[in-house]
Amino acid sequence: MTETKTPMLSIRNLHATVDGKEVLRGIDLDVGRGEVHAIMGPNGSGKSTLSYVLAGREGYEVTAGEILFEGRNLLEMDPEERAAAGIFLGFQYPVELPGVNNMTFLREAINAVRRARGEAEMDAVTFMKKVKAAAKQVGLKDTLLKRNVNVGFSGGEKKRNEILQMAMLEPKLAILDETDSGLDIDALRVIAEGVNALRSPERSFILITHYQRLLEYIVPDRVHVLAQGRILRSGDKALALELEEKGYGWLLGEEAVA
Amino acid sequence: MGSTQDTVDDLIKAGYEHGFVINIEQDTIPPGLDEDIIRRISAKKGEPEWMLEYRLKAYRHWLTMEPPRWAHLGLPEIDFQAISYYSAPKRRGEGPKSLDEVDPELIEAYNKLGIPLEEQKALAGVAVDAVLDSVSVATTFREKLAEAGVIFCSMSEAIREYPELVQKYLGSVVPHTDNYFACLNAAVFSDGTFVYIPEGVKCPMELSTYFRINEARTGQFERTLIVAEAGSQVSYLEGCTAPMRDENQLHAAVVELVAMEDAYIKYSTVQNWYPGDEQGRGGILNFVTKRGLCKGARSRISWTQVETGSAITWKYPSCILKGDDSVGEFYSVAVTRGRQQADTGTKMIHIGRNTRSTIVSKGISAGHGQNTYRGLVRMAARAENARNHSQCDSLLIGDKCGAHTFPYIEVRNPTAQVEHEATTSKLSEDQLFYCRSRGLSEEDAVSMLVNGFCKEVFQELPMEFAVEAQKLLNLTLEGAVG
Repeated sequence: MTETKTPMLSIRNLHATVDGKEVLRGIDLDVGRGEVHAIMGPNGSGKSTLSYVLAGREGYEVTAGEILFEGRNLLEMDPEERAAAGIFLGFQYPVELPGVNNMTFLREAINAVRRARGEAEMDAVTFMKKVKAAAKQVGLKDTLLKRNVNVGFSGGEKKRNEILQMAMLEPKLAILDETDSGLDIDALRVIAEGVNALRSPERSFILITHYQRLLEYIVPDRVHVLAQGRILRSGDKALALELEEKGYGWLLGEEAVA
Repeated sequence: MGSTQDTVDDLIKAGYEHGFVINIEQDTIPPGLDEDIIRRISAKKGEPEWMLEYRLKAYRHWLTMEPPRWAHLGLPEIDFQAISYYSAPKRRGEGPKSLDEVDPELIEAYNKLGIPLEEQKALAGVAVDAVLDSVSVATTFREKLAEAGVIFCSMSEAIREYPELVQKYLGSVVPHTDNYFACLNAAVFSDGTFVYIPEGVKCPMELSTYFRINEARTGQFERTLIVAEAGSQVSYLEGCTAPMRDENQLHAAVVELVAMEDAYIKYSTVQNWYPGDEQGRGGILNFVTKRGLCKGARSRISWTQVETGSAITWKYPSCILKGDDSVGEFYSVAVTRGRQQADTGTKMIHIGRNTRSTIVSKGISAGHGQNTYRGLVRMAARAENARNHSQCDSLLIGDKCGAHTFPYIEVRNPTAQVEHEATTSKLSEDQLFYCRSRGLSEEDAVSMLVNGFCKEVFQELPMEFAVEAQKLLNLTLEGAVG
């Protein structure tokens, strides 16, 4: 089967600018089907920029390179088309939507994606069953389902709500941008369990994180160090432990010499 | 890729659906304003002497007044001599007795506006009074209403047919001396709607008036009077549109409501006058005085307005809570985009004991729009245990618009309670991107966020109109994205 050998996501020589400043300076990355990749790196290294470029946010201008997702040119697609194609971005800072009911939002999103794929809308009963089960899985209180999206949610509740959306939308590729930041150890564990429950041979993950801590709960297939807009080193989970021990300095030094 | 800047630009440019002109022969008094013109208006309408006297008294008072300058509005100078104060579709003889006699051109035009005047085509359960420029052209379902004892007719007809009722209540809530524009209206008003609900009657249908300004260089000065006797109930809705024209047109209406003991009047407005073009050329100048008197104990008056049109909106639908335990409500969505300006809000005057009022105001500003909430809550010395809750929320779309809130609170009774909450938020690129990253189109995201913002007010509209209002809002704020 050649299909399994073709990566789900293929990034080649990606350069991107934000406000005219080059933040990504030649990224190469392949993510295979079912793989979990962790991207680590110091502040300001371009981790969040990479996640926004993948999701198609305005103001993040790609100046060179290409991104193929299941063979399709991702850079030509609107954010909503990417969502329909199966890309999901879990936000570092989930956005509040005043006046928009959480459940309504989920339902609209699921049905928008289904319509875009030419599928029938999800019926109310199936939806309710799924949402209740998913909320339980990520430890989100039922009352929060009835509230407006992220309005008045604690930091941990917002992150759980992101994972809930992910569980409902069932993406092919989930990019989680610092989902672990600002969480206590119990919340971290619940969220990691939520992610692990969604791991499958058909679903890939990119975990963007500062710390090795998350990777104790979600064991990655590959670990990449992103710094100064490039991937400086890739390895397996041992690399994360090495970073935990030594910090990023030695890698940056190596880069400066090279 | 569609961009947020494009969306914002489209919000500013979204088209106006009702901008066509109805081609019909009009009988128009030439521009100008003096006592002679007022006599001519009165004569054209075949009015009794007392009505003419009322008009002349108002006119003489108006000459001593100055236009109000306190609103947060850039007001153009209005040349009152350049306006025609009377314009009516030409009719054969006495005027239409039934719909069969209404000019087919007019029926066609109202169909185009989505207001079928033929009763069999009408929205079930809604009676319509259609006012074109200065006169009422048709009133539907009159017989059916008459069976219940409800009077629903044009103001001109009411002056002729029910002079004792009109004389008793006209100007009783908004006296001709009230303000500059109300005074002008008292002098020159040409038509409008009169509603009378007898004691204990629950009006069997929704009543509505559809106002249309058609002729160039005319003003529309209509007058609405609704009287609800003890224990009666009525729900009334008005809608408004006008053709696209380069010059401003003046609309200065007066609405008076009187609710007796245990009566309930629900008054809803969907205002979609022509707002002018992107540069702010043309558009309706909308100066309206609306006031309800909760005269009897336990009476209730509820104002709901969705204001999407007009170059300038200046209106403060108010309640005078005179009866003990009476209730006043004001629910408002006001949208300004392009160069539109709105200074709108309410006055809740608590006089009786245990009176209660609720104010929910939602202002949406896009483009270069300026949106002001201005509200007064007054607790008079007698108003034992009176309560008010006000909530004023502003939503900004883009970075060139403005939202302003001016709440006035006067409390003269120590047992009264007044609460005021206000928020300002921005429909941000963050929110739109968040929605899009979940698969929603930009248009759906804007519509979802704006409708979410207005939800509490739309819930107050009669069902059929809530859907219409939502559509209108989406139309106003969307345009073609991408």
